[in-house]
Amino acid sequence: VTEAPVPTQNQHPEPGNGQAPPQRTPQVVESEEDEDEELTLKYGAKHVIMLFVPVTLCMVVVVATIKSVSFYTQNDGQRLIYTPFPEDTDTIGQRALNSVLNATIMISVIIVMTMVLVLLYKYRCYRVIQGWLFLSSLLLLFFFSFIYLKEVFKTYNVAMDWITLAVIVWNFGVVGMICIHWKGPLRLQQAYLIMISALMALVFIKYLPEWTAWLILAVISVYDLLAVLCPKGPLRILVETAQERNEPIFPALIYSSTMVWLVNMADTGLGHRPMTRKNSTEAPITQVESQSLALGPAPLSPPEDDGGFTPNWMGHQEHQLGPLQSTDETRREIQQLPSARPPVMDDDDEERGVKLGLGDFIFYSMLVGKASAAASGDWNTTLASFVAILIGLCLTLLLLAIFKKALPALPISIFFGLVFYFATDNLVRPFMDQLALHQFYI
Amino acid sequence: MTASVFFGCTFIAFGPAIALFLFTIARDPLRVIFLIAGAFFWLCSLLLSSLVWFITVQISNKESSSQQKGLLIFGVVLSVLLQETCRFGYYKLLKKANEGLLMLSAEETMPISIRQLAYVSGLGFGFMSGAFSMVNILADSVGPGTTGIHGDSQHYFLSSAFMTMAIILLHMFWGVVFFDSCEKQHWWSLAVVVISHLLVSCLTFQNPQYVGSLVPTYIIVFLVGLWAFFCSGGSLRNLKLCLTCKDKDFLLANHRPR
Repeated sequence: VTEAPVPTQNQHPEPGNGQAPPQRTPQVVESEEDEDEELTLKYGAKHVIMLFVPVTLCMVVVVATIKSVSFYTQNDGQRLIYTPFPEDTDTIGQRALNSVLNATIMISVIIVMTMVLVLLYKYRCYRVIQGWLFLSSLLLLFFFSFIYLKEVFKTYNVAMDWITLAVIVWNFGVVGMICIHWKGPLRLQQAYLIMISALMALVFIKYLPEWTAWLILAVISVYDLLAVLCPKGPLRILVETAQERNEPIFPALIYSSTMVWLVNMADTGLGHRPMTRKNSTEAPITQVESQSLALGPAPLSPPEDDGGFTPNWMGHQEHQLGPLQSTDETRREIQQLPSARPPVMDDDDEERGVKLGLGDFIFYSMLVGKASAAASGDWNTTLASFVAILIGLCLTLLLLAIFKKALPALPISIFFGLVFYFATDNLVRPFMDQLALHQFYI
Repeated sequence: MTASVFFGCTFIAFGPAIALFLFTIARDPLRVIFLIAGAFFWLCSLLLSSLVWFITVQISNKESSSQQKGLLIFGVVLSVLLQETCRFGYYKLLKKANEGLLMLSAEETMPISIRQLAYVSGLGFGFMSGAFSMVNILADSVGPGTTGIHGDSQHYFLSSAFMTMAIILLHMFWGVVFFDSCEKQHWWSLAVVVISHLLVSCLTFQNPQYVGSLVPTYIIVFLVGLWAFFCSGGSLRNLKLCLTCKDKDFLLANHRPR
């Protein structure tokens, strides 16, 4: 899910002024709206790049791991419980059938989980959701990263004793939990989110058989489209419920590019308590043993007053939603702040941070990782899928800027990615191989 | 092969392009987006030409190697033509987008000029073209092997790297000249761009006689580069001012307040 910034609310490029003060004259408001479009474009481009960089980083991590650590491409015969049918069957028909069944099971699990989530959210069972999230991120940060580290050591033949390993994994995990669920330096938090998305994508690449993985990618983008755009879609219900309650939608599981710290306020004696924006994200709930990835791809939600794109992949509310969301009182307080506020950020452009759901990261990286794993060692396929996904993301954000309503983030990118993957693997690769053989250049 | 071959060839092939990217494009998000869009358009053209080539190969005689080579040459020519067509399509798209943006915003100037777009899109084409030509070769150069063990040329990697660098620079220059001629409706210079692209590709048919392909290619790079320089408003006077750091407009425009 991606959310658009609110161009009409944050027009002023004044430093640190989050909202236009209500006592503005009408003429000034009009010219603001004219400048608005220009600013929207400039900010739009900046937001796109702020999403490109982490998505690219995540993909680079996944591709680098796939190409070097053979563990993630080995077929150990193990499968997730959600994909019980094997794909190494005798006939192609049987294989196709099995993969369709696997994909069906996986998607139904995801649908059920999303419904459960929506219900929990609707009936305000926030504690359950928080606990669920906490457990998942625990699993991801400790167990999966331990396995990853183990495999990397195996690949590079590094001798490591258990004590050092325990210290490393413990520190990594605890710092990760703190950064993601509480507070931490922004870059560190972003790095952790990228790492856990990469870990999840690697798990999927390893345990999902070939055809199942492609089918799941295709079906989940269709599901995303339906869940967000259909009137009775679960994610749309989620978005609308959150809007009714005037709460930010699922700040968890979101990668954010900025943090709004109003700590300066306290220093200058204005007496406002520090408010962190929705910057904490939590790991996707993936407990391989008992639960599935519950989250459907997040819908692109309509603008909120904290701006930024907020792709909610999984809707989970954190415990921080309670005290730290922007309520009417805090918003009024901010609006009444004098305009000569010390700039709270380096760049007043980045008032509206950009947010992208972790699920989108995971599926993009999964596509590119699968492309690099499966495409017979060919880098062109990986490159082509990468460019296709980035262009899909760009188009999605453009549509978001145009329509300014909840839109799904997965379909366009995954569609482009799949088309370019299959086309490059089957059509372009032989052509380029022949050209390279004769050293012809086009 | 050795790591030095890998790093050497990577830097030869992509050095200028990466330097251009880092110094002129990386800071401006709009330019980065248009770069990637340019790469995407090149990819589309390649896809189409591969599709056609693939179909012709399937219906042809797979045994006869001369026929296969003929089909490959046909594929190359078709690919060049499709690339230039996609460049034209990208130009049209950018013009439309620019007009749309201009209408939307009340500003007089567009956030990015058509000349910058020409440069950026040309570089995007170049990046993708270079990457597709070179990355697999670079990946192979990291692994074990002996170049030319069956009697082929031993300079495969080096010549590929130089050729790739030439192609990337050429795409950038062609982009500038192409957009400029489209703006001014000089269709003959458009034709010259297409013909020079065809010429460069056809020169590579002489590989592995690298003298016949690389030297003329670099001459063409130099000539097209000069042409692009003059197209984009450069002149000897400008160049002199720039090199002696006396160009006041440039200095003022790039002056960063401390």
